[in-house]
Parts: sequence; C-alpha cells; structure tokens
Amino acid sequence: MANRLKDTDVVIVGLGAAGGVAALPLAQAGIEVVGLEAGTWLTRKDFAPDELRNNVRGWPQSVQKANQEIPTSRPNASSPTAPRGTVHPMQNSVGGTTLHYWGQSWRLNPWDFKVVSETTRRYGASRIPKGSTVEDWPFDYDELEAYYDKVEYEVGVSGQAGNVDGRIDPRGNPFEAPRRRGYPMPPLRWTEFIEKMAGSAKSLGFHPFPGPAAVNSRSYQNRSPCMYHGFCNRGGCHVDAKNSTMVTTIPRAQATGRLKVVTRAHVTTIEVDANGQVAGVNYLTDGVEYFQPAKVVLVAGYTYENVRLLLLSKSKAFPNGLSNNHGQVGRHYFSHNMLAGVSALFRSNTSSWYGLPAQGVAVDDWADDNFDHSGLDFIGGGNLWVYSDRRPIGAAGMSTFGRAPAWGSAWKAFIKENADRSNTAYIQKTTLPYEDNYIDLDPVVKDPLGFPVCRVTAEFKENERRVSLFTQGKMEQWYREAGAVAIQRAPVGGAMGISTHAYGGTRMGDNPATHVVDRWGLSHEAPNLGVLGASTMGTSGAHNPTLTVQALAWRTAEHLAKNWNRISNRRS
Amino acid sequence: MTFISRRDLLKSAVGAVAAVPVARAFEASDGAAIVSPERSAESLALRDESMARAFQASGTPEALESLSAHEMDVLDAIVGRLIPTDANGPGAVEAGAARYIDRALAGALSPTREAYRSGLAALDRYAQSSRGKTFKELSPTDQDSVLIDVETGAATGFTGSSAAFFAMVLNHTHQGTFGDPYYGGNRDFVGWDLIGYPGVRTMVSPTDQKTLEAHQLKSNHKSAYDYGSFTKSSARLSADAGGDRQA
Repeated sequence: MANRLKDTDVVIVGLGAAGGVAALPLAQAGIEVVGLEAGTWLTRKDFAPDELRNNVRGWPQSVQKANQEIPTSRPNASSPTAPRGTVHPMQNSVGGTTLHYWGQSWRLNPWDFKVVSETTRRYGASRIPKGSTVEDWPFDYDELEAYYDKVEYEVGVSGQAGNVDGRIDPRGNPFEAPRRRGYPMPPLRWTEFIEKMAGSAKSLGFHPFPGPAAVNSRSYQNRSPCMYHGFCNRGGCHVDAKNSTMVTTIPRAQATGRLKVVTRAHVTTIEVDANGQVAGVNYLTDGVEYFQPAKVVLVAGYTYENVRLLLLSKSKAFPNGLSNNHGQVGRHYFSHNMLAGVSALFRSNTSSWYGLPAQGVAVDDWADDNFDHSGLDFIGGGNLWVYSDRRPIGAAGMSTFGRAPAWGSAWKAFIKENADRSNTAYIQKTTLPYEDNYIDLDPVVKDPLGFPVCRVTAEFKENERRVSLFTQGKMEQWYREAGAVAIQRAPVGGAMGISTHAYGGTRMGDNPATHVVDRWGLSHEAPNLGVLGASTMGTSGAHNPTLTVQALAWRTAEHLAKNWNRISNRRS
Repeated sequence: MTFISRRDLLKSAVGAVAAVPVARAFEASDGAAIVSPERSAESLALRDESMARAFQASGTPEALESLSAHEMDVLDAIVGRLIPTDANGPGAVEAGAARYIDRALAGALSPTREAYRSGLAALDRYAQSSRGKTFKELSPTDQDSVLIDVETGAATGFTGSSAAFFAMVLNHTHQGTFGDPYYGGNRDFVGWDLIGYPGVRTMVSPTDQKTLEAHQLKSNHKSAYDYGSFTKSSARLSADAGGDRQA
C-alpha cells in the first residue's frame, strides 16, 4: 500500500517548461503546490561545454525516466513499428528540457488560432486539406497576448519587436501580431555571417529580423548575459543566462514558501475517487510507493508523457483512461514539420564556431498565411531561420556536397578547407492534425516498471510536403543570393517519428465529446484535472512552441487561482 | 526534430534542423554514392603509412580496456585510412581515435562492443579471402579498396551489412578525432587544429568573435575539463545517442 502523504491544494506532475511556469501564479495566489519531478536538480557545474556528452551521448541527467519510455513509432497503421531509439529528446530534471533547449521564444501568428475560418474566408472551405481534423482554437491571439507578455517578462526574452500596438518597426518582424510592448531585452548580437545573410534577404525584398530568445542579451533579473560559447544546443547554461524555469519561475515560486519541489518522483497513475473526481497521484521514489492527495492535479509532462499518464490511469469511472470516455486522448496528434532543411556551402568561413542556435536571422515572409496562397496548392508556410551553431564532431560530419568522398585524404582536404563554410537553415513549418495520425499505447513494448510505452502512428501528408518544397525553394533562393556555391535539400515528408515538438493528444476546445480539455486547459470529464503543454494545442503554426506552452500554462494557473473555490470544491 | 537512431539516419537520410544532423544525413546518404573518384596516390599513401608507423613506434603503450592487441592493430590501421596522416598533417592515428574507441567500448559505447569484435574479425577475414593478406599487411591502396567494399556493403562475411559496420567505425573515428581530449582521443588537439576549431571557451566576447572573423583567433588548446568549474563525474553517465540533434 502506498504511503499516503499530507493533502495539498495542487499537485503538478512535471516541473519543466509548463509546470515550472504554472507553479508561480498558483503559489503567488496563496495556493499550496507540490511539484513532482522525476529528475533531480542540476547546477551550472553540470553543464560542461562537452560535445560528446551533450550532443552525441545525451545529457548529464541522472534520472532516465524519459529514456525508458521512448515511444515506438510507425508512419501508419498498416506499417510495422520502426526500430526504437535509445535516447529520448526530453530531459528529466527540475526545469526539464528548458535546461538544454534552443530557447527560441516565439509567439504564434493570429492565423494559427483561426486556420479553418481564415482559410475559408480567404480561399474557400475546399482548401482545408482532406483528412485533416484542424479546427479553430476556442479563443484567438488577443486572448493570449497578455499571457505572452507576462511570460516574456517573467522568464526573460530578448528580441526586437516588429509591431507594438499596430506600429510597425522595420527592425523587427513586420508580420508579427500586435504586442502591447517591446521585449524586455534587446536581441542577441549578430555575427558577420548573420549580418551578411540579413543583407541578402533585404536584397531579395524579404524582411529579416533577429529571432526572440529566452536567453539574456544583457544582465536580467540579476543573472548573467549570454557568453556565446557555443554549447547552448542541447547544453545547459554555465552562467544561468538561458532562462530555463529552473532559474526563473521555479525559484520565485519556492520563495513564496508555497511550492514544495519533490525530486525523483516518478508518477505512475492519477487516482480517481468513487465520485469520478481526481483524488491525487501515485508516484515511486526508489521503489517506494507514495500517494500525494490533492484538490487539483495538473499534468505537465511532455506530450507523450501527458497522453500516456492519462491512458494508464484507468478506473471504474474512466475504464479507458482518465478523461477518455469519449475516446479522444491520443487523437489529433502531430509533430512539427521541421525536417526538410536546406544546407549551403560558402566560399569563405562563416566563423560559426561560437554562438548559439537562438542567435540568428529570421524571415517570416513565407510563414503561415503571411503571403497569398490563392494560386498555391497548400495552406500554411514556414519560418526561415539562419543561426550560428557549430561544434567539431558535428562539423566533421558535414555534407561534402558531392565534392569529396566521405573519408580518406580527399575528405581530409575537404574538411580542412570547409569545416566552417557550411550553414544549414532550420525551417519551422505549419503542420496540421489528421484523422489517422494518433498516439495510443504500444501493445508490446513496456517500460522497466511494466507499463506500456506510447506508440506514435503518424506521417506528414501532402500539405506538409508541399509546404516543405515551397519553403526550401525560398531558402535556396536566399542562400544563392548570399553567394552559396552549393546547396543541398533534405528529403521532405515521411514518418513523423518521435519529435521534440509533439502536439495534440489532449486537444483543447469547447465540446466535451470531441475535446479532452476545455478552453482553460481543464478536463471536461474530470474538472479538477488540468493538462499543461503542447498536448492541448490544435495547431503548431510555423514557430517553436515553448513560449505558447508557457503562456497557456500561466493562463490555466491564473484561471484556477481565480476560480479556486469552485474548481477545488468539485470533489465534495 | 524527429528523433531517430543513427542507423535510421543513415538509412533514410531524413534531414534535420541543426546544421549538423542535416549535414550528417546528407553525408551518410551520399557516402556510398560518392566513393572516391580520386583516392590518394599510392606514393602519398605509402608516405602516410610510414609517418603513422613512426608515430606509433614512438607512442607510449597503454593498457587496452576492451580490445585485444590484434583487434587494436586492425582498428588503428582502419582509422589511419579513414583520416590518414598526409600532406594536410596528422590524422586519426595521431589523434588516438582507436584508443578512444577502445576506452569508450568499456563505457558509453559498450553496446557496440560485440559489433566491433565480429566486425573487425570479419574485415580481416575478408581482406585475407579477397586480397590474400590480413588487413594490416595490405598496402594502403589495397586497404582502401577493402574499405570501399566494406563501406558499400559489398564485403562478405559480416554479421548483417558491412556498410553498417563501416558507418559505425567512421562515426566513432570522428568522435575520437574531433571530440574533447578528455575522452582519450584528439590527442594534442590534432583534430581541432585540422578543422580550425579554436578551442573550448567559456566566454566569447564581441572582440573574440571579430578576431575569429578576421582569421586571427588562435586556438587555446583547452578541453572542457581544463576549466575546473565543471563536474567530470557525469561525463561517462550517458548512453550513446548516435548523433548531434536539436534540443
């Protein structure tokens, strides 16, 4: 029998990007919070600038929960399951993956909230791709703007505003939605190569601008500015200049005295009482079982973890998994179409050995619905992102662009000359959910505790392939303008596999029959259960999800605090 | 990006987002197709070999951690052809790439230990059956032609495809030549000097960046762990993920 712990108001499962943010407004509102984290605390000492460890072998995490739960995957239901990977992209530690992520902190475009109605209005309903289950969000960009602003200042985001209250600033993104004020910090610095790329974009009539980053461009909240040392990609920050929740919202929530952080807590199931209300969570620490009772449970793991925890939490009231009496958990799954990059070779060094992947130049002219799709055969688009990020082992693995073999003296001569002369653009593209892309539990593969892992059944469809080809063309044009002597495009389409940008599975919306959570992120079927993270999002847009996830988490937490008596008393 | 194993990456060459994985994917997919239109001339190869032997003779022997002395000899001969010692300077032999692999096979790379045992033996058998000598006894030119067979999957006698063995060894040779010297490879920073990487720094000022852009930034020849502030204990914890991927 599990050890029953002292009751608390809210238990948050996972103190990463979302849970680490939600803890703060709750604690500030006087609500007692227990934060259960499977991992441990890490410190700046753990963040060595070590490419082998960080980029080749994984991370310095001491707890391997995510690695033991790697989902299986297959492109569609009639395909065999692909060989399973050995390392999960997500981190188990306080702060979660915000410790080693790139830190790109984008707002979504207003179109992303209204894909169906805006596409229908502008091009006609027939332009919604066949088989897609895309729908409008239950609210629009304006509803989320205040929370974007809140998180940008609480966490700390550097960037250049392009649209403050409708006033366009050509230094920023002219396509961005109106924001109430600029970023709390100026953008990260540019290198000579990034400047050159920005100049070439302008020559083409594009609108280049520095991307937003949750990385300090100057001292912020008494933490250091960025050192540009080149190990930010999958590395933690040795000077706390990357604004993970570990160094921002979590310590602030702890300072209120109302957030109790429990590390090494591996949550196995959510408990439901006789009335069908959520009663708390069961977790394991070193093999010992605990039950943490709570008035409200917020599930805040990664998309795969959120879906899996609900599906594994079966009870009399929820025989098919918690909040799954309408069979919606795991549906409307998709992962960001960020494959199909473009690589370029230049005649001279790009001096990219230092810097970070959030330091770069973006072009949004071809993102989302920022351009006319009347004569095109797809909807959506891509954000073109050129950045500074290179390390030696990675450099040695660069493409030889057909100019040299892969080894031997000719390769050595090639790499000696060209190791610092390539660049690969990252094109983040609109991706839609489809009827036959989903997550369920694998019928065979289990974690070491004996619980099934997730199975991802998902592939990119025709709309995604067309967006890829179109945006690759624009990227190639940009590289050519900048003097690239060779270009290579990565393949488009195929299986979605396992992703660092996984969305859906607990989609939010107003209909209890088709949405797992309501517009506030609370379960329709078990209203004292909330879900935080991209698993609630129905569209991806053409930008990284983390800032949106954090804005949504703040919004859910604030709603919960404002309606505490009503929501927390549902049980009695 | 989509998470995939190195093996998948090699097979499907699905691209990625960070510079590195896309590049690797391209390389992997193209590797077989671009097999050497211009291998180094035999004379150059012979010179490479004599330079490498001279280095080995002067090197201090260290106890092996995983491989037998014979396996180590074969592996050292392979890495010496993958990144040869030549007019462009020291290669994988001087970097100690084989030594790196031997050490890693006792730790992070231990899941591939059996693949090395069987692969190295198969390669030697294939050299013997197809070229009449053990791999180490062959001339550099013949060693290269054996390696091309292994790379393209044409070599027989391997468990599975010889191409998978080749890709694994090439990947680990890169790690042992261009990885942090803390792990036993990249001796005297020969790998980093080859590609012009100016060394691990904990701070890169605007002036440092401008100096780099002016081709004036000198290498500091520092390992991550020359900075005393970092914990070393965690460096051996993690399992091999097989590639550089986006966070």
